[in-house]
Amino acid sequence: MSDVPISWYLTLSAILFVLGVAGFVFRRSIITVFMSIELMLNAVNLSFIAFSYQYQQVNGQLFAFFVMVVAAAEAAVGLAIILTVFKNRQTLNIDEVSSMKD
Amino acid sequence: MELVIFLIFAIFAVVCAINVVVQTHPISSALSLVGVMGSLAVLYLQLGGEFLAGAQIIVYAGAIMVLFVFVIMLLNAGAEGKRGRSYMASLLGVPLLVTLLGLLAYFVQRMFPGVRVHFGGFAGGTPRDVGLALFTTYLLPFEITSLLILIAIIGAVVLARKELD
Repeated sequence: MSDVPISWYLTLSAILFVLGVAGFVFRRSIITVFMSIELMLNAVNLSFIAFSYQYQQVNGQLFAFFVMVVAAAEAAVGLAIILTVFKNRQTLNIDEVSSMKD
Repeated sequence: MELVIFLIFAIFAVVCAINVVVQTHPISSALSLVGVMGSLAVLYLQLGGEFLAGAQIIVYAGAIMVLFVFVIMLLNAGAEGKRGRSYMASLLGVPLLVTLLGLLAYFVQRMFPGVRVHFGGFAGGTPRDVGLALFTTYLLPFEITSLLILIAIIGAVVLARKELD
């Protein structure tokens, strides 16, 4: 019996998502926080494709495709924002970029 | 065979994901993230997502991560400094995350007990099938996506350009 239960894929997806949340919450570098968001998006993509297998339909894969496209657009805009923040503040630490909080 | 491949790449993905979170230098995190994406592409292949496995490698590992590494190099981002958070935050946060993970895993195991994955069990993920669905059922979202990308390009250019006096 070498088949893999589909719940294992979903559990792997949950593990990756929680690790992404951990990186998002605990890290201080703005670039690493952004990479944690990409990790979470990837985890959700794995879930979508596992569901696509479960229901034997291609729709889940198309959702994963759209997530991928939105992630690409988000990366372009987000990294441009990071560039602008660094140009104005000379720092990449998110604790020092808090003028909207004060 | 499927089980062996799944275990190898799942463990590799988890180790790389942990590495993303614990490494202090952004370049190390970025390279670990490429490892996660590569192993996820193999798992997509196992689940019958052939087109998406290719797109994962090309778009994520090829384009997005190159953009990340480019920005890290451009900003000369060094290692992360000492964190300002209290000891209490990580003391409480890590058990809470593990609890969240345990709950998620428990409910996933309970909700999806039956289906088993074997290679070739789903043949509907070829580029032909994906393209067919994309240009018939999902034509409107696809076109809106192109508009979204156009807006993202313009936004990135406006944000990152040099100020012209």
